[in-house]
Amino acid sequence: MSAIAARRRTLPGFGLTMGLTLTWLSVIILIPLAGLFLKSLELSLEQFWAILSSRRTLNALRISFGLAFGAACVNLVMGSIIVWALVRYRFPGRRIFDAIVDVPFALPTAVAGVALTALFAEKGWLGAPLAALGIKVAFTPLGIFVAMIFIGIPFVVRTVQPVLQDLDPEIEEAAGSLGASRWQTMIRVILPSLAPALLTGLALAFARAVGEYGSVIFIAGNLPNVSEIAPLLIVIRLSEFRYADATAIAAVMLVVSFIVIFAVNRLQRWAQHRDAER
Amino acid sequence: MAMQISDSAMLATSGAKARARAAALENIRTEPAAVRIAIITLAVSFLTIFVVLPLVLVFAQAFSKGFMAYVTALAEPEALAAIKLTLLVAAISVTLNLVFGLVAAWAVAKFEFSGKTFLITLIDLPFSVSPVISGLVFVLLFGAQGYFGGWLRDHDIQILFAVPGIALATTFVTFPFVARALIPLMQEQGTQEEEAAISLGASGLRTFFRVTLPNIKWGLLYGVLLCNARAMGEFGAVSVVSGHIRGETNTMPLLVEILYDEYQFVAAFAIASLLAMLALITLVAKTILERRLDGGEDRDH
Amino acid sequence: MTIEVRKLVKTFGSFKALDGVDLKVDSGELLALLGPSGSGKTTLLRIVAGLDWPDAGEVLINGEDALTHGARERHVGFVFQHYALFRHMSVFENVAFGLRVQPRAIRKDETTIRARVKELLDLVQLDWLADRYPNQLSGGQRQRIALARALAIEPRILLLDEPFGALDAKVRKELRKWLRSLHHEINVTSIFVTHDQEEALEVANRVVVMDKGRIEQIGSPDDVYETPATAFVHGFIGESIELPVQVADGVVRLGERPLPLKAEGLASGASKLFVRRHDMLVGPAGSGAFEGAVQHVRNFGPVQRAEVALSGGETIEIDAPRDRELRAGDTVGLEPRRYRIFAG
Repeated sequence: MSAIAARRRTLPGFGLTMGLTLTWLSVIILIPLAGLFLKSLELSLEQFWAILSSRRTLNALRISFGLAFGAACVNLVMGSIIVWALVRYRFPGRRIFDAIVDVPFALPTAVAGVALTALFAEKGWLGAPLAALGIKVAFTPLGIFVAMIFIGIPFVVRTVQPVLQDLDPEIEEAAGSLGASRWQTMIRVILPSLAPALLTGLALAFARAVGEYGSVIFIAGNLPNVSEIAPLLIVIRLSEFRYADATAIAAVMLVVSFIVIFAVNRLQRWAQHRDAER
Repeated sequence: MAMQISDSAMLATSGAKARARAAALENIRTEPAAVRIAIITLAVSFLTIFVVLPLVLVFAQAFSKGFMAYVTALAEPEALAAIKLTLLVAAISVTLNLVFGLVAAWAVAKFEFSGKTFLITLIDLPFSVSPVISGLVFVLLFGAQGYFGGWLRDHDIQILFAVPGIALATTFVTFPFVARALIPLMQEQGTQEEEAAISLGASGLRTFFRVTLPNIKWGLLYGVLLCNARAMGEFGAVSVVSGHIRGETNTMPLLVEILYDEYQFVAAFAIASLLAMLALITLVAKTILERRLDGGEDRDH
Repeated sequence: MTIEVRKLVKTFGSFKALDGVDLKVDSGELLALLGPSGSGKTTLLRIVAGLDWPDAGEVLINGEDALTHGARERHVGFVFQHYALFRHMSVFENVAFGLRVQPRAIRKDETTIRARVKELLDLVQLDWLADRYPNQLSGGQRQRIALARALAIEPRILLLDEPFGALDAKVRKELRKWLRSLHHEINVTSIFVTHDQEEALEVANRVVVMDKGRIEQIGSPDDVYETPATAFVHGFIGESIELPVQVADGVVRLGERPLPLKAEGLASGASKLFVRRHDMLVGPAGSGAFEGAVQHVRNFGPVQRAEVALSGGETIEIDAPRDRELRAGDTVGLEPRRYRIFAG
C-alpha cells in the first residue's frame, strides 16, 4: 500500500507541505483544543458532575440544545421550501433571493444580533405589530429561537440545493408513469432521495445554532435559567475566573460538536455509497 | 376515409377543452399553479422577514439622524482605532491562512495517503466549534492561570488582551476557509499538468507558480474573500480574548456591542453598516466568482 | 391495444422535433422507431407516454383520445434509457411501486402485491435479486428490473427508450433475444426507440425509420433493408456505396461517362445511385458498368473488403466473396447486381 503510494508521488513537495500542514494544524487547532480537554481532565468526576448538574448550567445547556434543535427543524422545513422555489420555479428576483440566502453566513454575527434585536424590539418594525398581538420576541427565549433560525438558514439551503439540482428528472417521470400522484412522488421518491442532504443540513444548522454567540446574546435578554445560552455562561464563568466551570461546559459542547461532525461524515458516506454508479 | 375525417373533427371540438386542461395540469414534474405560488410566496416572505429586513434596518438606523451624524460617528477616535485594529488583525490572519491553505491543499489534493479524510475533518474542525470555545482555548493556554501563563509573565510577553491573542483567535476561527476552497478544486484538476511541467524539467516551485497557481487563482480569491469577511466580522472568539480595552483592543464588532449597550444607536449602527457593507460586497464578489468557477473559466489567462 | 398517431407536430424553441408524423401500431406488435439522434423518435415516444405534449396532432390509444389524460392515467409502461430506478428502494420495492401507489379503492392487499412482484421477478429471471439495491446490480440486471417495474401496472402498451443503449455489446445481444421472447410471452403492444439498425432489424416485427422529425419509411425489417423507400433510408440502413449521378433523357451518367443502368421513370437531374457493398460484383477488367483499380484489400471472415478507385476518380468500398483473391494494383470491372437511384 505505502510502496504503491510512494511510487505515485511523482510531484515534489509532499514531505515539506505535509510537514508544514501538520505542524500548523497542531499549533493553531489541535494543541489549543487538547489544552481544553487536559484542563477538564484536571477536574475530578464529582467536580465535573457538580458543575454540570448545577441548575444554571443545566438550564443553559437545555436552552442552547433545545432551541437549537427546534430552530434547525424550522430551518429544515423552510430551507426545503426555499430550495424548492429556487431550483424548480422561475420568478422575478430569483437570483437575488438565491444570493441573499448567504447573508446570515457573511454578515458579522454582532451586526445580525443588533439588527434582529432592533427589528423585534417592542418598538421595532416587526416587534410592534407582534406586541400588538401579545407576542414578545426580543429579550425572551423566542428571541433566541429567531436568531438561531436566522443563522441556520444557509446551511440547509446550501446542502440540499445542489442535490435537488442534480436529481435525475427521469425518476419523477418514472414515478408518474407508474401512476403515482404528485404528492406520492414527492413523499415516496423525491424526499427519500434528498434525505441524506436534508439530514446533513439539519445537523449543520443545529451545530451552528448550539455554538452561536454573537447574534443571540443581544436579543436573548440573558436572564439566568430562562434565556441564558451555554456559550454566554462560559463567558460569564470566565469573567468570574471560574475556569473549571467554563472548561466543563465547553467540553460538553465540544463533544456534541464532534458527534455531529461524525454523524455528518457518516451521512455523506452513506449518500455517496447509495448514489454510486448510476 | 370520410369516417376518419369526421372522427378527428369531432375530437377536435369535444376533446379540445379536456385536452387543454390535461396538458396544463399534467406536466409531470411540476405542481399546480396554486401550490407553486404558495411555495414561492412562503420562500420569499421568509427570506424577506429574516434576512432582508434586518439588513435594511442596519442602514436605516445608521442614517436615522442624518448623514452628518453618521460621518461624525465614524470619525470618532474610538471608531477609527477599531477600524485600524480590525484591518490589522484581518491582514495577519488572512495572510497566515492563505499560506497554510496553499500548503495544505497541495499536500491533500496532489497526493494519495491514508487518513486523508481524517485530515480534512481536522482542518474543518473550527467550523463546528463555538466561537466562544475558540476564544476560551487560548485563555486556557495563555491566561494568568493557563499552561503558558507563568512563563509569559516571567518574560513579559503579552498575548491575551492584546493584538497577538486577537489575531490567534481570529486565525483559529478562519482556519479552514482557504484550504476548503482550494482542496476540491485542485483535486478536480488532478496532477497531469504539474507532472507535464516536471517532466519538461521545471522545478517544483516553478511548477507551482507557473502551472498550479494560474489554474487556481479564482478559487484562491474565493477562499481569501470568505476568510477575510469572517476575520473582520468575528465576534465571539475575539470577545473572549480581547479584554475590551477601549481604543486599544476593540475590533469593529466589539465596538458595535459596546456602543449598543451604551444606547449610542446611531454610532453602533454606523459601525455595523460598514460591516454589513463588507458582507454585501463579499456576497456580490462571491456570486461572480462562483459563476466563474462553475463556468470552468478558471483556466483563461 | 392499438396506437394511432395523427399529424403530430412538436417544436422545442426553433427546433422541429416532430414535423407531421402519422403512425398506426397494431395490437400485439413490437415496433422499432429507428433514426439518428435528433430525428424525433424519443419525442414521439414521450408524447405517446404522456411525458411530453404535442403542439398539434392526435394520439389515440385503442381508439380513444389519449391527450385528454396525463401520464398517470394512461396506463403506459415506460422503460427509461437510464432505467430511472429508485436508488433508495430495494429491487422488490422498485417493482412494487406502481402497485403501492394505486388509489386506495383499487389497491391490492399486501399478499397479492407480493405474489405479483414475485411473479414479475420470475418473468425477468431475477427473483434472487429481490433484496438488493439498484447500485448493486449490473447494467443488464437494472434494465430487466426497470422492465419488470413497468410491467407491474399491467400496462396497456409498453414503451422502451433506447432499451439497450447503455449496455456493453455482449449483454446487448443477449437482451435483444430475451426481449423478443418476452414480448412473445406477454404479447403487449410495444414500441422501442433505437439508433442501432441491427437492433431494430433483429428485434422488431416492424420498423419505422425517422429523420428530422419525419417518418421516412414504415415496413418489415426485410422491406426497409431490401427496398429502401428514400435515399436517407438506403444510406442509413446497411452499408451502401453512394455515387452522385446525372439522369438525362433516360440515361444515367457518372461524370461524363454514361452508365448501362436502367433509368425508366426517373426524373431528369442530379441523382444518387445506391448499391449495397456486397451487391457490387467483381469481374475482369472491361466487363461491367464500372472499371477501377484496387487500392487496398482487407479480409473480414468470409468476405474481402476492397477499396477501389473508379476511373472517374471516385473511391468506393466493396465486399466481395473470397473465392477470387483481389490484390492491390488489380484492375477490375464492377457490375451492380441490384441498385437504386433516388432523385436529389
